Amino acid sequence: MKCTILLLSIILPFYASAKTWMVDQKGNMRSIKSALGLARNGDTIRVMPGTYREGNLIVQKSVAIIGTNFPVLDGENKYEIFTIAAHDVSVIGLRLINTGVASINDISAINAIESNQLRVLNNRFENTFFGIHLANCSGSLIENNTLLSDLEAKRQIGNGIHAWKCDSITIRNNTVNGHRDGIYFEFVTNSLVENNVSHHNMRYGLHFMFSHNDEYRSNIFQDNGAGVAVMYTKGVRMTGNRFEDNWGASSYGLLLKDIRDSFIEKNQFSKNTVGVYMEGSSRCSFSQNIFKENGWAVKIQANCDDNVFLKNSFLSNTFDMATNGSLVLNTLDYNYWDNYQGYDLDRDGVGDVPFHPVSFYSMVVEKMPSSVILWRSFLVYLLDRTEKVVPSITPENLKDNHPVMRNY
Amino acid sequence: MIRIAKYVLYDIVRNRFILLYTLLLLTVTLSMYSLDSDPGKSTLSLLNIILLVVPLVSIIFTTIHFFNSYEFIELLLSQPVNRKTIFFAEFLSIAFALSCAFLIGVALPMVILNFNSSTPYLIMAGLLLTFVFVALAFGASVSTRDKAKGIGVALLFWFYFTLIYDGFVLYVIYSFSDYPLEKVTLLLVSLNPIDLARIIILLKLDLSALMGYTGAFYKHFFGSSMGIAYSFSFLILWTLVPLMLAMRRFVHKDI
Repeated sequence: MKCTILLLSIILPFYASAKTWMVDQKGNMRSIKSALGLARNGDTIRVMPGTYREGNLIVQKSVAIIGTNFPVLDGENKYEIFTIAAHDVSVIGLRLINTGVASINDISAINAIESNQLRVLNNRFENTFFGIHLANCSGSLIENNTLLSDLEAKRQIGNGIHAWKCDSITIRNNTVNGHRDGIYFEFVTNSLVENNVSHHNMRYGLHFMFSHNDEYRSNIFQDNGAGVAVMYTKGVRMTGNRFEDNWGASSYGLLLKDIRDSFIEKNQFSKNTVGVYMEGSSRCSFSQNIFKENGWAVKIQANCDDNVFLKNSFLSNTFDMATNGSLVLNTLDYNYWDNYQGYDLDRDGVGDVPFHPVSFYSMVVEKMPSSVILWRSFLVYLLDRTEKVVPSITPENLKDNHPVMRNY
Repeated sequence: MIRIAKYVLYDIVRNRFILLYTLLLLTVTLSMYSLDSDPGKSTLSLLNIILLVVPLVSIIFTTIHFFNSYEFIELLLSQPVNRKTIFFAEFLSIAFALSCAFLIGVALPMVILNFNSSTPYLIMAGLLLTFVFVALAFGASVSTRDKAKGIGVALLFWFYFTLIYDGFVLYVIYSFSDYPLEKVTLLLVSLNPIDLARIIILLKLDLSALMGYTGAFYKHFFGSSMGIAYSFSFLILWTLVPLMLAMRRFVHKDI
């Protein structure tokens, strides 16, 4: 009993000091700015419904700003809405619209600078230049936000969720639409990106560089201008993501440039011009992915080495694989290829003759794009057949020694 | 003309070859749909039938039939009948018979088993190819006197359009690969009915094949209603021009 009282007497004063400020356009305190001025660390600011046009709000205290029924914070196409420069700040349940646009500054709806443990939850962003901009904000959580920007209305557009030099952040259940890059990471490490949907962005659905040891789980990247491109990173783990409908001359389901020691597992690549494009990547493991109805399922440049493709399914792709040289330092094994025409005499489920996924004509098209017009003509069929019997241009060593007979 | 056409049709049906052809197409189509679980793939295999078998059978059958009914034509010519009438009656009846075979053998099972947006294009392309190759066969037949030679010329036509011409196109693309070739290839492809039919069908079936910049260009062109009208009208021209040339030859020919 004594102990409890003692404990309470220690804890209660802290609780008592955490005050809640109500901001209401019909009440005493009508602006968020004045609430921010009065609040102290640990306080909560509750924002009632209404439209608040207060220019730029600078948060320098550890406060929680919580909206009721999505109050609107309007940047009037001029201002950055929140500039956050304190740890432990929460921004919850707001509707942030119409930020300014600039070519020098990255004007954002929420711009956090050196703000650890930031929480941005359940917000709606509309017509923002940059949506959420994190600079050196470790341990932050970005969850359940919707970011929507109108591409047609603005010539210039920023990224949806932009993170620079962060560690251990979590981005979960967000939807990003119509930005330049849906999710952009630079020097972001040990972070988790989960269950997000990034679609119809101008450039990439997901774009990261120098962001080691991050995990991407169950995201959907759909119909982005150039798909997904990731570069100069090691220790990436991508599982259960979907890369879909990225069509165009320089559009890729997933472009890997200088990616090392990474795992790409159980993802689905469907209806992309190129499912996976790899350049200068080493020691990546692709397993149990599904490549379906792509122009090229995998384009692997000859400068990639020690990559392993294990137990993937290749279904209805125009070309299963393409490469640009005869040197092959990668391994394919136990994949399912719907173009495989071999046999399985001992009935162990594994084909008895190796499968060569690079067809003659995919090499030709790689060199001369115009020749795609002859695709599926009798001549091309004959050429492919001849090449299968006596390989001359296609790399002899790029083969699956154990193609499985049934789809996984 | 209709009366002559009717007699020619009787003759063709009595011949039984056309029935065999229908049966062949029917078996192939049905087995393809029942063998492959993915109907898209069976349609692609059918594409090969349409592009290879239909032209081959059309051109050979027409040539053989023309030479076999040479005496009948001679007999008709001794009557007061216009040569043009005889010629068109022959053409129409053969084209009609072969089209029927195609419709029953390929189009009907396709419509029943797997109807989708590409089916009408496949059927149209198959029909037009039949017409084109019947017309070409007439060209081959009237320009030769001997049956063996006629069949030889007909086969050469088929070879030319399925293989040799594509080889030539590939060679052009290869030699001039440093230049923007989109429009040139477009023109080159228009000069081959089989290629035209293939591209029309492919754009409806296998869009991923024609992606990328070049692909986008072709798709933009052939995929638009203008492009489809263009390719179909080119196929019709491919019927009319050889037919007219053959007719002129036939009218002036010393039989």
